Amino acid sequence: MAEKDVIIGLEVHVQLNKLNSKLFCGCSTDYHDSPPNTHTCPVCLGLPGTLPVVNRRAVEYAIRVALALNCEIQGETLFYRKNYYYPDLPKAFQITQYDFPLGLGGHILIRGEDGEEKNIRITRVHMEEDPGRLVHAGTIDRAKYTMVDYNRCGMPLLEVVTEPDLRSPKEARSFLDKLRNILEYLEVFDGDLEGAMRIDSNISLVGGERAEVKNISSHKGVEKALAYEITRQRSARRRGVAQVQETRHYDELRGITVTIRTKEEAHDYRYFPEPDLVPMRIADWVPRVRAELPELPDAKRERFVAEYGIADDHAKSLTSEIRVANFYEDVARRSPPRLAAVWIADVLKGELNYRDVAVDGFRTDHMVEILDMIGKGKITEKGAVEVIRTILDQGGDPAAVVAARGLARAEDDAVLEAVRAAVEECGQAVADYRAGNEKAINFIVGMVMKKTRGRADPGEANRLVKEALDGRGGA
Amino acid sequence: MLRELKERLGAGASAEEMVSALFSKIKKSKLNAYSNLSEDSALERAREFDKTPWTGLLAGVPIAIKSSISTEGIETNCSSRILSGYIPPYDATVIERLKGEGAIIVGKTNMDEFAMGTSTETSYFGPTRNPWDLDRVPGGSSGGSAAAVAAGEAPCALGSDTGGSIRCPASFCGIVGLKPTYGIVSRYGLVSYANSLEQIGPLTLSVEDAALVMEVIAGHDPKDSTSVKSDGGYLSGLNEGVQGLVCGVPKEYFGEGVDPEVEKAVWGAISRLEELGASWREISLPHTRYALAAYYIIAMSEASSNLARFDGLRYGLRLGADQDWHSTFSEIRAAGFGPEVKRRILLGTYALSAGYYGRYYLKALKVRTLIKQDFERALSAGGADVLVTPTMPFPAFKIGERIEDPLSLYMADVFTVPINLAGVPAISIPCGFAEGLPIGLQIIGRHFDEASVLRAARAYEEATPYHETVPKEVV
Amino acid sequence: MDHISWLASIKVAEEEREAFVASFNSVLDYFHQLDELDTEDVEPTYRVVDLTNVFREDEVRESMSQEESLRNAPRTENGYFKSPRIV
Repeated sequence: MAEKDVIIGLEVHVQLNKLNSKLFCGCSTDYHDSPPNTHTCPVCLGLPGTLPVVNRRAVEYAIRVALALNCEIQGETLFYRKNYYYPDLPKAFQITQYDFPLGLGGHILIRGEDGEEKNIRITRVHMEEDPGRLVHAGTIDRAKYTMVDYNRCGMPLLEVVTEPDLRSPKEARSFLDKLRNILEYLEVFDGDLEGAMRIDSNISLVGGERAEVKNISSHKGVEKALAYEITRQRSARRRGVAQVQETRHYDELRGITVTIRTKEEAHDYRYFPEPDLVPMRIADWVPRVRAELPELPDAKRERFVAEYGIADDHAKSLTSEIRVANFYEDVARRSPPRLAAVWIADVLKGELNYRDVAVDGFRTDHMVEILDMIGKGKITEKGAVEVIRTILDQGGDPAAVVAARGLARAEDDAVLEAVRAAVEECGQAVADYRAGNEKAINFIVGMVMKKTRGRADPGEANRLVKEALDGRGGA
Repeated sequence: MLRELKERLGAGASAEEMVSALFSKIKKSKLNAYSNLSEDSALERAREFDKTPWTGLLAGVPIAIKSSISTEGIETNCSSRILSGYIPPYDATVIERLKGEGAIIVGKTNMDEFAMGTSTETSYFGPTRNPWDLDRVPGGSSGGSAAAVAAGEAPCALGSDTGGSIRCPASFCGIVGLKPTYGIVSRYGLVSYANSLEQIGPLTLSVEDAALVMEVIAGHDPKDSTSVKSDGGYLSGLNEGVQGLVCGVPKEYFGEGVDPEVEKAVWGAISRLEELGASWREISLPHTRYALAAYYIIAMSEASSNLARFDGLRYGLRLGADQDWHSTFSEIRAAGFGPEVKRRILLGTYALSAGYYGRYYLKALKVRTLIKQDFERALSAGGADVLVTPTMPFPAFKIGERIEDPLSLYMADVFTVPINLAGVPAISIPCGFAEGLPIGLQIIGRHFDEASVLRAARAYEEATPYHETVPKEVV
Repeated sequence: MDHISWLASIKVAEEEREAFVASFNSVLDYFHQLDELDTEDVEPTYRVVDLTNVFREDEVRESMSQEESLRNAPRTENGYFKSPRIV
């Protein structure tokens, strides 16, 4: 439910993990399954005397994202130092952007609570480096000591900040899903990798102070945390307890947020321009990057409707993930597009989700084959669903599965024979039907299905039985 | 000097004997010029050279390296307790280049802790003594390098200059010290004190030697984003003389606060240059008296950020049992830094903090613009080609004399810091004595005009005996 | 002083405090000299080099081994740097 009194803003940290190397050094970005501290070098470990050098392609990716989010790219942009102490920050400052960030003033369209399109404004998009990763021996508040792994340190991050335009946890979720989809279309990140996207949420009730819930990795987690926050803040308000500006941590297991013990002093980051780096003038990169942008979800959706003549809802479902969209187009080239749309959007996606498998787990030529069989009447719709499920669960190819499980649609002769036999055997039902009880036909059709071991098409059987009963003359 | 050394080696002199003799001298020395020696590896290199001599601009030449320049496998402690025992896993770019041209690293020299000082008295390992008078300071912060070269404990050395740290000890020790144009020598591997001000440079017995070392270490480095391309050619044109050279003499660098002996020597030098064919005129650098304040604000601010990484987690000092993170690190830093370093970090933190940034840091950066413009105006086409001044307002003072009063020590930098603010090149060469203590002449040039600076210094040197005098105190 | 020492993460002992504050103040007084200058229309100089757009290509370079990375660390455990607890 969109609440009139809820105000939500998000800060999303996106890891550009499709780059080969880190933001300021040549260490590989492929650290996810590596032992600790095996992807560091003097630069990202912050050893004394080392200096950063900017990864050119990281800047291109950043521009790509900022353009896809409809931002204004700043002609001159530069890096700053954000100074604070934490064990995961080896230089005791993070190289980030402050004044003159890469992109300002963008927006994304999402479907709001009320079903209509809603514009969420993007305040800014900027670049920064990831810190390392802390591993606690035990829970964060009871650990005797902490261990640090700097493999992640120096990974290129983009921070996307929204205006507080979101009005419900569901809208926040919708925004995150849309953002992730766009990012995957842009091929700048793989959202499945650990740490790829981390979200800080700011939420307040109108007239109250805001709580910041930091560092949640899943979209669902954000939705739940925000839902909890609304309840908590409302309840506090009813009891007369004012919300103070604070930072909270989301405890996934308990499904609650807790105040992080805040320091007595406020953070003073003492930002100043990074003296070891020079400004970047990138205005003339923009036309080229813009020209090279791939077709984005909204545009692709419109094109699917226009080009393939499919329903908008199907188009939306098919373009919600680039891999599904590509799958669809590959199939639609060789099969009737509308049929393909129904079977991929309504059936295949469902079966995949149920098994938590990606669309890469199914072959396009198998889908083409199945659609072909449906079109030629070689299998029923029910049979087709069986085939899909079987292939997903056990493998194989459509023709083999159909043969092995006897899913071939019953031949017309066999059906006619079954109809004739059923009518002959179901004397009572026939009489009832002719006496005016329409429903009696179902019994006869059921008998046909039984005789054909379910391989007759039910609609077809119904038609033939009716024909047989009406055709024969009455007694 | 280096030319003769190379010739002797080329004629068959033993590098091993040379290096061995050097270490004997160092071990008998009362100067405390070195913080750690690289005896085994240096002797091994020398032996290899004797067996199969290699070629290179510094083939077989021993060189001493200031402690703050990273040397792989050799302790690099910046004369601080907090980095005691730190051994870098990488070489600074200048070290790679020295090795590439065949030099032999003898050891690391003593310095003011983290380069913060003008006398090498803030070193954790005790002060270095001036070879001309053991009760006096050698200057700082590259005091160890300068003393070693002056006393024959190394034929040449590298230092770093943030606010005069090469030129001051060169002046106090009666040798040649060059601070190159900002950006010409890579800072990759130099433990940062103030990034926007500092450069690595040579400390040698002659101008030709300084030019030779520059040939090796200068030039663009892709690992340093602030490094510029340089044309090189420091040795060519060295002996072209000063016919027609216009020397500007800034009136602000004379008068009150300058030792009369120093003034006399410098004016003597100006006359000598005139005799050699140059001309001079009085000019003004009107913002000179604000340079110290601007310099210290900028240096301390940058330092407060650069030194924040020293927390004992990845390298350096760690004490006793760990408590909570913030307390542990605060105590390590309190114990690991000397009082001057602490003072500068605290002041720098203050200058950058919220509410004060505009008043101190930003203000200092604006004053810097004015000072830079003073130099550009004075050295413009049609103005002067070089500027000639005293390097220091007085000769070496006694150990302990000024260290208790920080401000009085800062004041000693009055003629050296403006050069770092402007980023122009400057050299200090000996131009006389005051009661047996060396006096330094400073020659300042336009950005990237090392050639004129070196040429003028060479002409003066050739026509005077000062560089040939050897300290009597040397054992 | 307390706030600055907290921000700088340097513990200032009671005995040192007074001396620090005194030298602090005298240095700051000296800095105030700059107030004499009118810098209203002056641009700040952040860097003396006039460079822009310095980049490196997105190429992988060999990282340090775990041993090299941990070599200078005072305390380690199982390949990690060992840090005091956070709270």
